[in-house]
Amino acid sequence: MIEQSLADLLKGFDVALQPHNLLWSFVGVLVGNLIGVLPGLGALSAISILLPLTFTMHPIPAILMLAGIFYGSQYGGAIGAILLNLPCHPPHAVTCLDGYPMTKAGKGGTALGITMIASFFAASFGIMVMIFASPILVNIAFKFGPAELFSIMLLGLICGGTMSRGSPLKGVAMTVIGLLIGIVGTDVNSGVARFTFGFVELTDRVELVALALGLFGVTEFLRSVNRMHVVGSGMRVRIRDMRPSMKELKQAFMPMLRGTLVGTAFGAMPGTGPTITTFVAYAIERKISKTPERFGYGALEGVASPEASSHSKTQVDFIPTMSLGIPGDAVMALILGALIIQGIQPGPQLITEHADLFWGLIASFWIGNILLVLLNVPLIGVWVKLLQVPYRFLFPSALFFIALGVYSTNNSLFEIGEVLVFGLIGWVFVALDFQVAPILLGYVLGPMVEENFRRALLLSRGDMAVFVTRPISCAFVVLSALIIALQAFFALRGKLKKRRGASLQPPPAPGATVQPVQEG
Amino acid sequence: MRRLVTQYNKDYYGGALMIFIGLWAAIQGSSYQLGTLSRMGPGFFPTALGVILVIIGIAIALSARRVAKDAPEEKPLPPEWRGWICIIASCVGFVAIAKWGGFVPATFAITFISAMGDRENTVKEATLLSLAMVVICIVVFWWALKMPFQLFAWGTT
Repeated sequence: MIEQSLADLLKGFDVALQPHNLLWSFVGVLVGNLIGVLPGLGALSAISILLPLTFTMHPIPAILMLAGIFYGSQYGGAIGAILLNLPCHPPHAVTCLDGYPMTKAGKGGTALGITMIASFFAASFGIMVMIFASPILVNIAFKFGPAELFSIMLLGLICGGTMSRGSPLKGVAMTVIGLLIGIVGTDVNSGVARFTFGFVELTDRVELVALALGLFGVTEFLRSVNRMHVVGSGMRVRIRDMRPSMKELKQAFMPMLRGTLVGTAFGAMPGTGPTITTFVAYAIERKISKTPERFGYGALEGVASPEASSHSKTQVDFIPTMSLGIPGDAVMALILGALIIQGIQPGPQLITEHADLFWGLIASFWIGNILLVLLNVPLIGVWVKLLQVPYRFLFPSALFFIALGVYSTNNSLFEIGEVLVFGLIGWVFVALDFQVAPILLGYVLGPMVEENFRRALLLSRGDMAVFVTRPISCAFVVLSALIIALQAFFALRGKLKKRRGASLQPPPAPGATVQPVQEG
Repeated sequence: MRRLVTQYNKDYYGGALMIFIGLWAAIQGSSYQLGTLSRMGPGFFPTALGVILVIIGIAIALSARRVAKDAPEEKPLPPEWRGWICIIASCVGFVAIAKWGGFVPATFAITFISAMGDRENTVKEATLLSLAMVVICIVVFWWALKMPFQLFAWGTT
């Protein structure tokens, strides 16, 4: 089976190296990196703004570009975190803890260099896991019926709701809201229009791009307007500074490896957000360190491990997304949505039916990560400049790009109204301390959950026991129950031992008075 | 009024909001056909979700008191009415102007109005930024990407 995988991978390189595929991959990485660096914009906003552009493209370059945007923006986010203490993208909040002190100590270049090496190493590892695990998973996935699909989606939704930051109850509430938004439109089985508020446009479901841009664009602007003040620190980073010494490399190697493993483990679990992954990686690093007191004052390990974990998670996340059709987190939900719009149904048959797309994507990950390294070394000066673009110019321009991007999905102005409405809804939720990321997960999975739930019960003639009598399904249901029980346990224990959890919270960034929307 | 929205009350309001949305979804959902477990109608799933949401909402409201005591008192940020109104107005303005005046004035409007939402932007800066976006709109979206919209329109398009 491994030989088969390698042969397929070679074909994948053929696909990914075709000039126009390579070009779009490059464009994606470049634009993603650029948007990721801009303060206040993360992977989610980057992908949703550019998603409409890919609708007219062939599926393969479209997905290659979106994936490029994803890991490009993730890398860009690290630059802001390290140099300006700005967690543009929540998973990087942890990187600020030790990355920014390193910058203050004049070692910002080294931190960036280590980040780059850690990212590349972790991504490569994640890609390897993907190559070998996907075919095995596909064999299992072919045994999946409606009951199994429902149970694993349930697991994904519960993980997505409870494992992000903040209150698990509120996360689950947001997931349910997402499922409800997913219901809007015409019911495929009966043709009844549900929750359309009398709008004809809504019978065709809520537009994915409008929802994403409302929740992660407009909501964010409403929250940060006049509150986000980027202070340019005026530092300069030269290429020479980015090369870490042998000693630093040695110091960072083991944390890098541990971070990668943490990321891989979390990536395989559907629904766990990237933020929690980086926090766990950081916590482990501090726990096993012989000198935990250095953490928070510029410990190299505190940069290497979280960054590695977020990148390996990114890669491994593609496995459940592509082979099961279950997105790992909100970003993956967007990419899944893009696939569906392109007419490609993710699932176990994807790897065999669209082998060129799947293996091309894997090959392009590698090429894209190499491009990232090549891009960032000469362009680091440009990124530093970009970091200082004032927010007061940034958000009006972004609003315009959002409006035109959404318009281009259907060439209709109605969707722009949708963006505004979801922006306002998201703003109310965020003001009440809810996380908005699970909404997107619920929205994308909603129709599939309902469809499989109905089909499973149709086949079992209304017997709910079908979800626990089938072994694979039962395992997922038990896992879901375990997670809920564990969360309840932690909540009760947390009540008894108060102050324990407070030690891991990141200090508020002096550069920004508002924490960015939590995407994890 | 602002002082009321503390951490303590936030969970009450949040829970109440969830209960309200859940109730609404359940009532609205049950107006579609519910069906039976083996042959579900279009109303079953939304009604079930609505009920779940109500239960979660109650749980959020019940757990509110516990969290509040040990959480550090969060200082509420002052409201940013100017920014909020400008951002909302800019989106509404874009839709209205794009419909009746074409995309060039609409582009100018969305950028200009939202830029004025930031207290540090001057009229001159906002105008320059908006003109830059108009150029991008024409060159990138209309000319290069050939998106189907009218640059200028009179009356309904």
